[in-house]
Amino acid sequence: MDLSNGLWSKKEQMNILYVIYLISSLTFILGLKMLGSPKTARRGNLIAAFGMTIAIFGTIFLYQDEGGMHLHNLEFIFGGLVLGTAIGWIVAKKVQMTAMPQMVSFFNGMGGACAALISMIEYRHLVSHSDGDLIAMVEQGGEVLTRLSIMYAGLIIGSISFAGSIIAYGKLEGKIKDKVLPGQQVINIGLFLAIVGLALSNVMGWLHTDTMLYIVAGLALLYGVLFVMPIGGADMPVVISLLNSFTGVAAAFGGFLYDNKVMLIGGILVGSAGTLLTIVMCDAMNRSLLNVLIGNFGGSSAGGGDGEGPQGTVKAVNPSDASILLKYAKKVVIVPGYGLAVAQAQHVVHELEELLESEGVEVKYAIHPVAGRMPGHMNVLLAESNVDYDKLIEMEDINPEFATTDVVLVIGANDVVNPAAKTDSSSPIYGMPILDVENARQTIVMKRSMNAGYAGIENELFYRDKTNMLFGDAKKMLTALVAELKSMN
Amino acid sequence: MIDFIANNQNFIYLLILMIFVGIELISHVPSVLHTPLMSGANAIHGVVIIGSIIVMGQAEETISLILGFIAVVLGTLNVVGGFVVTDRMLEMFKKRK
Repeated sequence: MDLSNGLWSKKEQMNILYVIYLISSLTFILGLKMLGSPKTARRGNLIAAFGMTIAIFGTIFLYQDEGGMHLHNLEFIFGGLVLGTAIGWIVAKKVQMTAMPQMVSFFNGMGGACAALISMIEYRHLVSHSDGDLIAMVEQGGEVLTRLSIMYAGLIIGSISFAGSIIAYGKLEGKIKDKVLPGQQVINIGLFLAIVGLALSNVMGWLHTDTMLYIVAGLALLYGVLFVMPIGGADMPVVISLLNSFTGVAAAFGGFLYDNKVMLIGGILVGSAGTLLTIVMCDAMNRSLLNVLIGNFGGSSAGGGDGEGPQGTVKAVNPSDASILLKYAKKVVIVPGYGLAVAQAQHVVHELEELLESEGVEVKYAIHPVAGRMPGHMNVLLAESNVDYDKLIEMEDINPEFATTDVVLVIGANDVVNPAAKTDSSSPIYGMPILDVENARQTIVMKRSMNAGYAGIENELFYRDKTNMLFGDAKKMLTALVAELKSMN
Repeated sequence: MIDFIANNQNFIYLLILMIFVGIELISHVPSVLHTPLMSGANAIHGVVIIGSIIVMGQAEETISLILGFIAVVLGTLNVVGGFVVTDRMLEMFKKRK
């Protein structure tokens, strides 16, 4: 099927494709740059999407192999494109805003799997052209050796990214629990060495079977599972960001394999930008990447606080008391956490905010860098329910204001307001920057129960005299508050 | 090793430059945009789909065809899902006055 036959010569077609790839590469760089500023972000995303589209169709119609052969199986390629677009579009459009992080993880996993499959097919191709003797081919020359190494690299990274992303997706969906095997670190390191060792021995021709690649693929998948399994659910965003950069690297290996610059540039860009983003995220939580990856945060750390946990009684209030506190306050700061997102209460909280403002109360939102499940996630959720952007105050700016705040309303947040991060050096969250809620005159904490937060540690804030606990589902309680406030007029 | 570097100069230069470009692009980004940024980057590495299209377009035997087809579908999911999800997130930011 030579669709562009006649219009341009074969050489011209390939040259046009190179120009298309150049434009696509530019759109990726430009798009990523524009994504870094709120004003240009949306356009940046569309520009990159445009670049991707022309690269895809350019490849389909203009690509030729060394022998000048165009691609065939176009019906399957288009079938795959249509099917993938339909599923991707529907899933992406339907997903709730709260489930965005796991959605990103899911799509990332798909990219990883795609990279791994490419390696697998290329390997089959190589084996079938080697007349049953891959070693002889490898020994012949450097090019096959290089290609084989790249295939393995793409396969291993892609498989780890796929399996890891799916586990991360499951964890954020609440379908998979944190699980630490005894001697997990030793198993993981051993498994990793085995993967690299087997791949290397196949590439170098020391250990040869044609099925080696599939064995390595299987082990890499297992490694991906074991790698993410013990990491606490609260750290999933960091893991997803890391796996995201893994997939970028896997894509770059694909570009190396096909001598394809747009794949190379897109892949390396994401690999490097993603790695930096991962580190920035860790910094926001004041933890090192290594600590996230092997710290087993939230998994086994809960045991420490049993004996010396905060003691005392908790003051529970009902919505009616809470609404009176709010109504007669001059200044209220709302601290939204993941509990608010889970309860889908972002619209009700906006209603409450408007109601209080109409009573002359000054209302602001305090946004912790990791509020929600990812940096910026809470801003997205609140923006969705039309909360004024200027009311969302970042941590550094709001912290000095708590001293002049009458009532702080903490909704489904826990670890980000735990004073232990400042005072208790034995606490797993020690050193994490927190919102200084305890400086306010009164605090209302809306929470489902006295259960510990994601980090698995007690919060002494709840036991303070100034703290009022409002137990219940965030949405129900906020709706009750709104009803109380309305009935008071 | 030296042969390898000499033979792949273009790639190695590209690799080094792109690593720095990537780092430069991400630094100084407000944390508010981290989630959309991660999601946008996620869509961009969907460029791996180009590889799956090439491998599919050259496949001959049945198993390669099947694997290639799956690869194209998964790659498309990454691209389309990635860009659409990012756009939905950023749409939220746009609404503010």
